[in-house]
Amino acid sequence: MISTATLYGLCAAGLVAIGLYGLVLHPTPLRKVTAFNLLGSGTFLLFGIAARRGEAAGFLADPVPQAMVITGIVVAFASTALAVALLLRLQETGASSMEPTSAEQQDNGAS
Amino acid sequence: MNLLPDLALVLLILTAAVWTVAVRDRRDAVIGFIVVGLLLSLAWMRLNAVDVALTEAAIGGGATGLLLLRACARLVPTQAESVLPQLSMRLLTGLLCSVIAAGLAAIVLMPVEPPATLAPEAAASMGEVGLGNPITVVLLAYRALDTLLEKVVLVLALIGVWTLTPDEFWGGAPASLRAQQSSGALTLLAQVLPPIGVVIGVYLIWNGADHPGGTFQGGTVLAAMWLLVMMADLREPPEIRLRTLRLLVVLGPVVFLLAGFAGFWIANGFLSYPPAFAKPIIVIVEAALALSIAVILGMLVAGPAARAPR
Repeated sequence: MISTATLYGLCAAGLVAIGLYGLVLHPTPLRKVTAFNLLGSGTFLLFGIAARRGEAAGFLADPVPQAMVITGIVVAFASTALAVALLLRLQETGASSMEPTSAEQQDNGAS
Repeated sequence: MNLLPDLALVLLILTAAVWTVAVRDRRDAVIGFIVVGLLLSLAWMRLNAVDVALTEAAIGGGATGLLLLRACARLVPTQAESVLPQLSMRLLTGLLCSVIAAGLAAIVLMPVEPPATLAPEAAASMGEVGLGNPITVVLLAYRALDTLLEKVVLVLALIGVWTLTPDEFWGGAPASLRAQQSSGALTLLAQVLPPIGVVIGVYLIWNGADHPGGTFQGGTVLAAMWLLVMMADLREPPEIRLRTLRLLVVLGPVVFLLAGFAGFWIANGFLSYPPAFAKPIIVIVEAALALSIAVILGMLVAGPAARAPR
């Protein structure tokens, strides 16, 4: 019989794998950002397992990893906001895709 | 102990995550991500981490979801949208990701004994500052430097977003957050909900010293109320050149830094508090931080300026 913490730990491992798969395979930046956030959520959940297992001193879970996760969630949001702003600006300047343009492909072929 | 509800929740989370990655339409993917965020906050409740659950629901699901949905609406779809690489590539990536999952699962299944914990240290600093919520104590006393740097990161992210403003719009207001069709329900909600939401936000901040809640959660609720009002078109986003706005953005970090440096004279060094005044100092710092967080989160969602200053 596995414990609650172990069960959610396995869930976290699954989230990391699914997020990484999407991050690697999706060609469009917005889908990559979304998948990267999934990966991040999985990582945070692993901290939750460490917190749950570290219950001591009368707390139901170790407060230090929890505080780190709260900090992490806020920083993840800030970097997502920056990424989205960069994507929108890329679109305005006419380079909305991460795929090489035909000019760049010619450059690579020549070199 | 009955594991069945937890098992169901885990399966739901993983299904929603697979949907987020596998679905063709990017808007559906973002909706899947929001679902994952909300389900994860339930998972955090099951792990006895109420503060994290509040933050995950408010920021992980809510604010990030809103940000990504808005990006979906504004980004023009490209040709490469739904084309995934060929099957062999997908299989190989899937295999490698499974290896990583297996490695993490092995770490989870073989825990270190005895489990590592910093709870006793946190409990000791709880006694020093006299607050009842261990998370707040860690965030603002035991590991205050992390929180201070994180606030600076938030300000830097906002500066980064603002620097993407085209030259001709510098100092102007961000693009309107208004919905494409105006809806009576949204307007009514934006008129009725903010008074209640502001009270809840302030309650979370005030209560965070001794009970679950705190600056992040409360600040996000305040930001959500502001965003709701902007989305219903009752208020436009403010111009980014406004001095009051910029002062509010840096207010939290500056107050925190001042309190930190004051520690050199009134306590044992940077970011330490004298025991007699620890609680009032922390409450003041928290209030300033929450205001800044609300403004920064709102402006991060609104994005860089898109109109010339009036």
